[in-house]
Order: sequence, then C-alpha cells, then structure tokens
Amino acid sequence: MVSLYAQESRHLCFQRPTPQGSQAQDKEYVGFAALPNQLHRKSVKKGFDFTLMVAGESGLGKSTLINSLFLTNLYEDRQVPEASARLTQTLTIERQGVEIEEGGIKVKLTLVDTPGFGDSVDCSDCWLPVVRFIEEQFEQYLRDESGLNRKNIQDTRVHCCLYFISPFGRGLRPLDVAFLRAVHEKVNIIPVIGKADALMPKETQALKQKIRDQLREEEINIYQFPDCDSDEDEDFKRQDAEMKESIPFAVVGSCEVVRDDGPRPVRGRRYSWGTVEVENPHHCDFLNLRRMLVQTHLQDLKEVTHDQLYEGYRARCLQSLARPGARDRASRSKLSRQSATEIPLPMLPLAETEKLIREKDEELRRMQEMLEKMQAQMQQNQAQGEQSDAL
Amino acid sequence: MDPLRQPPSPCSPRPSSPRTQSCEMLGYVGIEAVLDQLKIKAMKMGFEFNIMVVGQSGLGKSTMVNTLFKSKMWKSTLPGLGVPTPKTLQLQSVTHVIEEKGVKLKLTVTDTPGFGDQINNDKCWDPILGYINEQYERYLQEEILITRQRHIPDTRVHCCVYFVPPTGHCLRPLDIEFLQRLCQTVNVVPVIARADSLTIEEREAFRRRIQHNLRTHCIEVYPQKCFDEDINDRILNSKIRQERIPFAVVGADREHLVNGRCVLGRKTKWGIIEVENMAHCEFPLLRDLLIRTHLQDLKDITHNIHYENYRVFRLNKSHVLPRGPGWVNLAPGPAPSPASPQATPRTMKVCRWTQDNSDDEC
Repeated sequence: MVSLYAQESRHLCFQRPTPQGSQAQDKEYVGFAALPNQLHRKSVKKGFDFTLMVAGESGLGKSTLINSLFLTNLYEDRQVPEASARLTQTLTIERQGVEIEEGGIKVKLTLVDTPGFGDSVDCSDCWLPVVRFIEEQFEQYLRDESGLNRKNIQDTRVHCCLYFISPFGRGLRPLDVAFLRAVHEKVNIIPVIGKADALMPKETQALKQKIRDQLREEEINIYQFPDCDSDEDEDFKRQDAEMKESIPFAVVGSCEVVRDDGPRPVRGRRYSWGTVEVENPHHCDFLNLRRMLVQTHLQDLKEVTHDQLYEGYRARCLQSLARPGARDRASRSKLSRQSATEIPLPMLPLAETEKLIREKDEELRRMQEMLEKMQAQMQQNQAQGEQSDAL
Repeated sequence: MDPLRQPPSPCSPRPSSPRTQSCEMLGYVGIEAVLDQLKIKAMKMGFEFNIMVVGQSGLGKSTMVNTLFKSKMWKSTLPGLGVPTPKTLQLQSVTHVIEEKGVKLKLTVTDTPGFGDQINNDKCWDPILGYINEQYERYLQEEILITRQRHIPDTRVHCCVYFVPPTGHCLRPLDIEFLQRLCQTVNVVPVIARADSLTIEEREAFRRRIQHNLRTHCIEVYPQKCFDEDINDRILNSKIRQERIPFAVVGADREHLVNGRCVLGRKTKWGIIEVENMAHCEFPLLRDLLIRTHLQDLKDITHNIHYENYRVFRLNKSHVLPRGPGWVNLAPGPAPSPASPQATPRTMKVCRWTQDNSDDEC
C-alpha cells in the first residue's frame, strides 16, 4: 500500500511540462513544489499516533461513542462493575491501544478511559488523578526530549479530551466545571453532549447555548477550531461555520445496524417510536464530531498539544525550578543558557521530602567533588615528592 | 342458645381474626348501603395526598408531576432557561386542590431541587429525612392533645417517588445510600427517569440490574412484601414487584397530533414519544399505581406502619409526653423494640378468656 503512494508521488515529482516550452520552464522549475508529497510519504511510512482521553460520568455513552467513531469494538469484554463494587471504587485511569488502518494509513490510537469519575457520593478532588496523569505524560516527554537518545521518542501525551456532559442536567454541573477548570490549560478539550437522543430539538439548542454561556463565564478554554483560510470557497466556509456553531456536539453512538439497504449499512438506535440514525446530520452531530476530530483536525490537535500546551507546561516547570528569591535576569538567562542536559529533571509534585532529597544529593555531590580534588592534590603531592626523592 | 347468634367479639377493632365466623344472611338487610354512605362522606370531606419527588435536576420531576395530575402544578422549563440549581438542597411544597367528578383531592407536592447536584453529596438525604420526620412530629403533636381536632390535617408524606437517572448500568452509590435510608421511613417508588433514552432491551436489562441491586442491599421499596395483607394483594403486588418496579417513565406536558388524536408527548425528529402509550413507556402503570389503585393503600401504610414506627420511637425516647385516655402503658425497657411486647399478649389474653367463656356458656 505504501509503495503505491510512493509511486504516485514520484510520478508527480518527475512530471515534466510539455517539450515546447521545456527549456525555458526548466530554468524556472526547481522542484520543491513536490515537498508536501515527500512529507506525505514519510508520514505514511512513519504512521500516526494519537492519544484520546474520554472523561465524564458513567452512563453517558462514552464507550459506545468511541466504538462508533473508530468502528471498533474496543469495549467488547467490558464488564460493568456491580453497584456494591462501585461503593468503594476510586477513579482509575485505563489505557488501551489499538492500531487502525485505512487506505494505507496506519493510526496507532491510544484511548485513555477514566472509569469511576463522578460515581461516588463525595466526588471532591476526583479529577486530581486525571490531572496528574496528563502531567506525567508531559513530564515523560520532557525527560525524553532532554535525554540523549531522541530518535525514538514515544509521544504518549494526551492530544485531546472528549468531555461528556449529561443531557439531563441544566448545563454544566459543579463537577463538570471543576474538572474542566483543572484540565483546560493542559489538554485540548472538546465538550460533547452524550445520549443526545433524549432531547428534543429545542431542548438541544437551549442546552448548547447554556453550556456555551457557562464556559464563557467560567473562562474555560476549550479547543478552538482554527478559522479556515480566506481563499476557501463559500460552501466550505459555511460548513465550517455550521460546525463551529454546533459546539458542544450533541452525539448519539451506536454500532448496531438498523438498515442494510442502500450503499452502506446505517447504524442507529431502534425505538418503538422511531429510529435514530447515528450518521444523519438532522438527528445528531456525530458526523461533525467525526469529521472534525479525525478527518480535518487530528494533526492540528497534535500541533496545539505540542506547541502550546506542552510548551506552557515546560515553561512553568522550568520556571518553578529557579530558586525562590533569585529570580533576577541573571539567573533566568543562566537557566536559558544551560543546555537541556544540565537542567535537573523536573519532578512533580515537589513534595517536601523530595526537596530535601535533592538538597542532600547536591551536598553529597559537592562533597564528592571536594574529595576528588583532595585526592588529586594528594596524588600530585605524592608524585612531586617521588620526583624530588628521585632527584 | 341459638347457634347463629354469636356474641360480638370484644376485639372487634382488630381486622378479622380467624375466630370470627361468617354467618348466612336470611334476607336483604341493606348493609351494602354503608359503602354509599362512606362514599358520600368521603366526597364531602375530600381526600388528601402528599407526594414527594426526589432526584437530580433535569430528570423531569416537575414535568412528571404535571403529567400525572394533568395540570400545571409546576412550571416545567427547558434546560438553561429555568432557575439555576441551588447550591444546597432545598425543599419546596406546593398545594393544589384538584377536582374530578365531584371528588376533591388536596394534593401537596414537595420538590427537592439541589439533590445530588453538588460535588460532595454526602448527607444530602438528611434534609429530606428531617422534613419527613417533621411531618410525623406535627401529626403526633396534634394526636396527643387532649382536645383533638375532628380531622387532623395530614401533611405526612404518603409517597416518595425517586428518579433514577437512565445510565443503563446499575444503581449509583448515591441512589443506594438514599434508598437504604428512606425506605425505612416512607413509601418509596423508584422510577427510571427520562426513559426515552433507552431502548426496550436496554430498559429490561437496566431494570433487572436495579432489582438485583435492591435485593442485594435489602432495600424494600413500595409495594413492600411484608405488608401484603392477603393472597390477592400478594399476587397483584408481586407481579408489580418482579416485573415492573422500577417503572421506566417519560413525562410530557405538550400535546401533539398523532393519527388524528391529541396526545401528550415529546416530538423529536425521528418520531413522537407518546406518554400514555404502553408500547413507548410505562407512565400509565405509574399513574395507575399512584392514583387509581394504590392511593389509599399508600396512605394506610404511611399511617399504620411508618407513622406508628415513628410514634413508638418517639414515645420510647421521651417518657414525659402527656398521656390521653386509653393510652397504652409502654414499659420503658432497656432495649426498646418497635413492637410493644407487653401490650399484645395482654389484649390477646383477654380475647381468649372471653372466647373460652362463651364456649363454656354454649
């Protein structure tokens, strides 16, 4: 499959203009117009990896939606925990990887699930494990980036978080607000209304508007889909504007086929009063979500994670390592001049004991240096003494 | 002695004991007219019914109440347009008198906005329990007065409808904690709210799991097994218990035109959900249970069992309440139990002695 692409791009590479003006045009034609194709070839060979996190209370259709989005059965063997087990369950983070291939492109998708979120009676601080997980991935990447062998850095950073909002509430609940506030500077958030077939059209609109207002009031930064270029055609711009208007996406997930006639099987949910079609844009925003997440903005999500969120984390981390009280320009410039290998690796959270350990380590190192110097001096003295003896 | 003329049993207030024999009527006496008399009296006095709805915001509690009683008890609102959820649990009561075919019903609905909406929902059931016990206390205070009112106003909660969110998995820890505590104090009817987000198969699976959870945690919801009076009740109620509780309901207060009929329903782009259609949801069953068939039973169980339990608990706790005539002397034992151990054997002994006497006479 890969070779086909290579052939195609090579063909494009070596496309020559007609022989009449070939001489003149050869002079002008350098050939770097084919660079995107080379990039394309390389990326296809390398493959893509993408980490997606799903968060939200249980029972909002998260697993079903993931299965529908990627047309896989990631949650086949899942067993819903019993109610008695839930009484003592704490939030756990589960990671699952799956390789999906379509049209020769391999995507290594890592799914991060958060079962137990919002389940218990007292959900105070239940988002802290999630925040810690995201920061651990950043920390891992920072270590790898600062390390010696940078060829095979595994990017396990969370590129996108789909946050599920209940369709039954009156907008964002206090728990939703607390979670979003805790993670909005660390991960791209795409808010999604789960089980949207419980809502009538008017209710959906009112709920979306309420959520948008609340997000603005609470100053939560969700992922901003970039504006389309001005040279795109009107149709595309209209579609883009429509998609942006429908945030948060009201989705319905299903892997069950309800109609098999026609070009493709139609998936949906069958009720006694009608059938909801998952891929029908009039019924829900599933198509919009899939298009934005997978077809058009996958790379952008990764770039924003790398350029903005990760850099923000890195800057915060390195600044926090500067000694308190010595935040003058000299030390800051000193830090920036230090190469990455010299910076002590960040640890977080910096508990008191870890600080103490670091200080003790520093002391030990200094003492070792002194010892070495003394040893060297002694050896020198010995050598001199021998020399003088010899002489 | 004429074998047909038996002396009346001294324990006549008790429900039919196995000793009373039925006797054959020789002609039409007109006893059945007492039913008409009861009916006339009841219609004059009217009925009272107090219902409480508990559940997270947005589960359709207000809409359900409106649909049940076919009147705008509450203003049901679209999400986002209503009053914002309060930060703490509040209890709001609204009383309406509704009339149908000459029968007046004084209906009080208590809503609980803010239940289960906070991040930390620990002890969010305390205000609700406090309210229920307060109503029992109010009735108790009226009852132990020396000169009592002819008809004590009844504000006790007869039924608590608990709305379970349609997650499709099983009961959440909050649901279990709440139900465990409340089922001992009041009649609780759990319902699966907003059931239009579940298909029929999902509903059945969810219902089985909830029933299993209720059994595992020993939660007795209404209709309770231990309060079935006779075999007919038991058959009827066990059918409800095993197959239908909790009911999967949908509420709506807008009317739409379907096949030429005007029905209450929710109109979506893929169909109209008719609230009163058994194929769509089980709202008719809930309505029948609460209003058409079991309303009086709910009131009786509240009065005879839940209120009595509260009364015994209160009397055992404080021995300084004034005693009216005919008040049974409860010995303040070291371990007070709900069933008064001394009273029952004494009254039973009286019965047996009289019966033996009558046998001797015969």
